[in-house]
Amino acid sequence: MKGNIISRVWNFYIDGFKSMTIGKTLWLIILIKLFVIFFILKLFFFPNFLKGKTEEQKQEYVSEELINRALTE
Amino acid sequence: MFESIDTSLIDWSRAQFALTAMYHWLFVPLTLGLAMVMGIMETVYYKTGSAFWKKTSQFWQKIFGINFAVGIATGIVLEFEFGTNWSNYSMFVGDIFGAPLAIEGILAFFMESTFVAVMYFGWNQVSKQFHFASQWLTGLGATISAWWILVANSWMQYPVGMQFNPDTVRNEMVDFLAVAFSPMAISKFFHTVMSGWVLGAIFVVGVSSWYLLKKRHIEFAKASIKIGATFGIVASLIVAFTGDISGVQIAKLQPMKMAAAEGLKDGGNGVPFTVVGNIKIPKMLSILATHDIDGYVPGINNLIDGGYKLANGETALSAKEKIERGKKAIVALATYRKAVKEKDVAAKAEAKKVLDENMQYFGYGYIKDPNSLVPPVGITFWSFRVMVGLGGFFILLFIVVWWFHRKDKYQNMPWLQKIALWTIPLGYIACEAGWIVAEVGRQPWAIQDMLPVNAAISKLQTGSVQLTFFIFLILFTIMLIAEICIMVKSIKKGPDVLE
Repeated sequence: MKGNIISRVWNFYIDGFKSMTIGKTLWLIILIKLFVIFFILKLFFFPNFLKGKTEEQKQEYVSEELINRALTE
Repeated sequence: MFESIDTSLIDWSRAQFALTAMYHWLFVPLTLGLAMVMGIMETVYYKTGSAFWKKTSQFWQKIFGINFAVGIATGIVLEFEFGTNWSNYSMFVGDIFGAPLAIEGILAFFMESTFVAVMYFGWNQVSKQFHFASQWLTGLGATISAWWILVANSWMQYPVGMQFNPDTVRNEMVDFLAVAFSPMAISKFFHTVMSGWVLGAIFVVGVSSWYLLKKRHIEFAKASIKIGATFGIVASLIVAFTGDISGVQIAKLQPMKMAAAEGLKDGGNGVPFTVVGNIKIPKMLSILATHDIDGYVPGINNLIDGGYKLANGETALSAKEKIERGKKAIVALATYRKAVKEKDVAAKAEAKKVLDENMQYFGYGYIKDPNSLVPPVGITFWSFRVMVGLGGFFILLFIVVWWFHRKDKYQNMPWLQKIALWTIPLGYIACEAGWIVAEVGRQPWAIQDMLPVNAAISKLQTGSVQLTFFIFLILFTIMLIAEICIMVKSIKKGPDVLE
């Protein structure tokens, strides 16, 4: 195999993926699954309580959570 | 202002995490085990240059690859859930938990992923030596990856090497080596990884036995059984040995888990081991738990009531006393943070002193009822017996298979081949049972003594967690079915070996 190291590595992977048989089906399923988990679920079901907060505000939020769960419940 | 956390939210969040972890652990142990088996096979090929061993190794690599790919996906979901469902926990543990996971991701996983590509794509592209090295480095990467994950898990079971910082509300690492090489991490690593090796050996022997039953690929099957059974004997004996070490550690560091696993209500000296029902082995639990025939093993009631002598000579606190001290720690944290805001230096110093004195019981401050410190006894008790019973059976099976293979009789023993084949699902059951003992047995803790699950959990809508539980269940089941179908198809097709 000729060329510089980057093109050799690139061709190595391209040739490898092209020659895959069962692996293609598996990777397709995995990509669909990761898309559902990271995009759809994250977008619609899991609110980010700490988004947009400074480090101090995050600490305040978590400390209130920890303190009040013990003292008010 | 602060809504109470619904217990069904805790249960559903636990169920979701358990679901993901159990699915993940369907794929990982086989990856760990097959990495070793095919590494041994490629070593034989490397030394002999035999095309037979090359093809044999390639066949098991194909099975490895299917597991590897699916295992990655479920592993990512598992880490994702720490942030979504267990956000208080994630903030509280800080870098202690993050560091091992980061090392795992950056070092081990990339090492594994790089060399796995060489392993699959490189047969005709790289030298024989480089491919041989890549094969072993893939297995090493998977093993190192497991090490760091188990370091993180062990810290939850036995938190060491950290100091709680009330300013950042985080546990900060003060001793990396104490975290990375805690006795819990070491024994858990060997016990868990070797159990993966056992599953790999069971799988190889079972699938090869199927070929013998079908009278196909006889030489391939015999060669695989020889390596699988030998490797299985070694791995299963190490699992038994490390299980013994784990038992002593659990008795010392997580005595409630030990009491639950034994269904031991009232402890004492020279305690018998309950096999099942009324079948007991005199003094055996004391021997297993303390390595002393008359060693003291506390029962559930002793742990709730306290008052017994600990190994260091101190008197054990009762659950009520621990709860009181936990509450003191949490009130001290609140006082400390108020004092910081008000710039009251004296109050801050006093609160910090109280917090430090009681920090080891911090998690008990969330416990309302001492009885909630008792994990589900039935499931822990039976999971332990399933794990140990099957572990003993695997040792016996490997020895019997190895022996008859050595005598060249195994090929004509279909009944034993059928047992070996149907032992494959038992291998998975044993692995899952082990994790059930480890995780259910330490409830209600997310971090032992420091943070129970009701404080660690994110304040989510229960309905969201329920819905996503079923979405995950469907997705993972589809993944599992896809994996099994592809694997069965590959096995039915068989190895491309000239015989």
